Amino acid sequence: MNIHEFQAKQILGRFGAPVPKGQPASTPDEAAAAFRALGLSKAVVKAQIHAGGRGKAGGVKLLSSADEARDFAAKLLGKQLVTHQTGPEGRVVRRVYVEEASQVARELYLGLLVDRKSGSVSVIASTEGGMDIEEVAAKTPDRIITEAINPLLGLSGFVARKIAFALGLKDKEVNQFVTLLTALYRAFWETDASLIEINPLVVTADGRVICLDAKMSFDDNGLFRHPDIREMRDSNEEDPAETEAAKFELSYVHLDGNIGCMVNGAGLAMATMDIVKYYGAEPANFLDVGGGANTEKVAAAFRILLSDKRVKAVLINIFGGIMRCDVLAQGVVEAARQVNLSLPLVVRMEGTNVDQGKKILADSGIKVIAAADLADAARRVTEAIGARKAQ
Amino acid sequence: MSILVNKNSRVLTQGITGATGQLHTRACREYGTQMVAGVVPGKGGTSFEGIPIFNTVEQARRETAANVAVSYVPPAFAADGILESAAAGIELVICITEGIPVLDMVKVKHFLGETKTRLIGPNCPGIITPGECKIGIMPGYIHKQGDIGVVSRSGTLTYEAVFQLTQLGIGQSSCIGIGGDPIVGTSHIDALKLFNEDPKTRAIIMIGEIGGTAEEEAAAYIKQNVKKPVVAFIAGQTAPKGRRMGHAGAIISGGRGTAADKIAALKAAGITVAMSPAELGTTMKSALEGKA
Repeated sequence: MNIHEFQAKQILGRFGAPVPKGQPASTPDEAAAAFRALGLSKAVVKAQIHAGGRGKAGGVKLLSSADEARDFAAKLLGKQLVTHQTGPEGRVVRRVYVEEASQVARELYLGLLVDRKSGSVSVIASTEGGMDIEEVAAKTPDRIITEAINPLLGLSGFVARKIAFALGLKDKEVNQFVTLLTALYRAFWETDASLIEINPLVVTADGRVICLDAKMSFDDNGLFRHPDIREMRDSNEEDPAETEAAKFELSYVHLDGNIGCMVNGAGLAMATMDIVKYYGAEPANFLDVGGGANTEKVAAAFRILLSDKRVKAVLINIFGGIMRCDVLAQGVVEAARQVNLSLPLVVRMEGTNVDQGKKILADSGIKVIAAADLADAARRVTEAIGARKAQ
Repeated sequence: MSILVNKNSRVLTQGITGATGQLHTRACREYGTQMVAGVVPGKGGTSFEGIPIFNTVEQARRETAANVAVSYVPPAFAADGILESAAAGIELVICITEGIPVLDMVKVKHFLGETKTRLIGPNCPGIITPGECKIGIMPGYIHKQGDIGVVSRSGTLTYEAVFQLTQLGIGQSSCIGIGGDPIVGTSHIDALKLFNEDPKTRAIIMIGEIGGTAEEEAAAYIKQNVKKPVVAFIAGQTAPKGRRMGHAGAIISGGRGTAADKIAALKAAGITVAMSPAELGTTMKSALEGKA
């Protein structure tokens, strides 16, 4: 789960990381009031969307009066902001963040993430702040510092100092950095974060080390421990079909093709998408109904899949282990009746209770194209929309 | 003719009284696995269908000589369950549970490094040595005793591979699901090493997916160390960047972990890659006949 910059700064501030003072606003008047509340001659107004590249896209501006803050907020709020990370459709700005302006002397990069290879939380730092870190990693990998932190020891002072010196920090900056990184590391563990990214981390003209921007993502599996963070979810930033799927504990990802896919198991679901493409069509979605699906869940999955109007045919591929084929068949029959299905439906079933499942489908009166195996299923569904490619 | 588990394995179930624990303990026992104990804190002294239940793993191990633990413990308590088994000296822990917070696994992984316990999973179907012992949630009947090792990050996609092999009359030595989470106890390389050293395993199928670099590392390992034929498949060729595809670990992030990169690394190491998931069995058949 992702959150907005202002929320990330609230959390990090609570753990003692130095962040600029600021206040979120959802109307132009609130933005003006937030400017006045800061009591400073200058402030930055920043669009709050779950995507980077806001500065270059015109979503961030340094302003010197409450009126200017109001006008700029009025220009952003309710409008689409298109950045290199949003895709061409952009994101609607529903909030701005009015923040104290900082005099930047140096821009650095600091990130914490779960490093799969070392099985640790790793700190990534770079002298190339304010840039796309992936680009830095590709072009100048020598400017990236990576330290895997031993989880049983925690972040040791010497490790934090080592990173500080590698970043070229000196004098009082070093201890400030150690305090800051210690706060981030604690915040990471205590919120079940999956990513904290401070880009840029800045040294100000008056020698302070602060988090000028902040991005946080959380491990969905850890959210049950953090009801306060779960509250920060912004469904406006998410695909409505994906939000609906999550309610039924279905894993759904919307894609651009026209073959709707329903599968049990993530690996088989990806493989099913792949074979659709292999046979010349494009999958409309990833949808994993999971192992313990019941009839209601299968029916919900079917509705969500068909809510995408681009879908021209449906492929169901189930390998019953825990999932029983008869339960699946029952769900499909129910859902097909509910939605008055008129699209071609190809079903491939294998595994537990497969014969009962096939019988339920055959007896239902619903037009089902039965597939013998995975290849046959892909062949039939691509044929159904006239997209089949010779193998 | 197997790795890690066989007919002599003595298995205890953590979370034996939950619906999932009951269902699969029963199915594993029917398959022929020696299910010797259950562990549920507070239910010690009771039993499940004749299998004695203990309060602690330590006690269960002492009284039943269990050497393998399989866990269906809910995600919030699963890491603790793995630690308990490791602390009690269980040699092999298989954690089926999906949805364990990744930071819990960070700690578990580092702790296990200091013990002799091997972990398989979490978020995996388990391990089976056909005809001898099934520990986990896979449907037993699709398997056939034989000499192909199967290692995979996925559950149902493994069943697909096994089913295709069995249909072609090709049996399996052992099939191990290593799990779909970002941090797992046993890696592709660990499993490959075991299969490589198992005299009864003749060839290996490795099923990977997008996310991380485990398959790239496995490719390098195979090139250096494995002389047996290896057939690979990578799921997620059509997966978009930055989106989690069901499994917590199946995500292309920072431009890394794409199927294309993995396939290229595997091919560069001389490994046969099936491009369609429907051709896992036939590709292995060709490899065995020396055609691939």
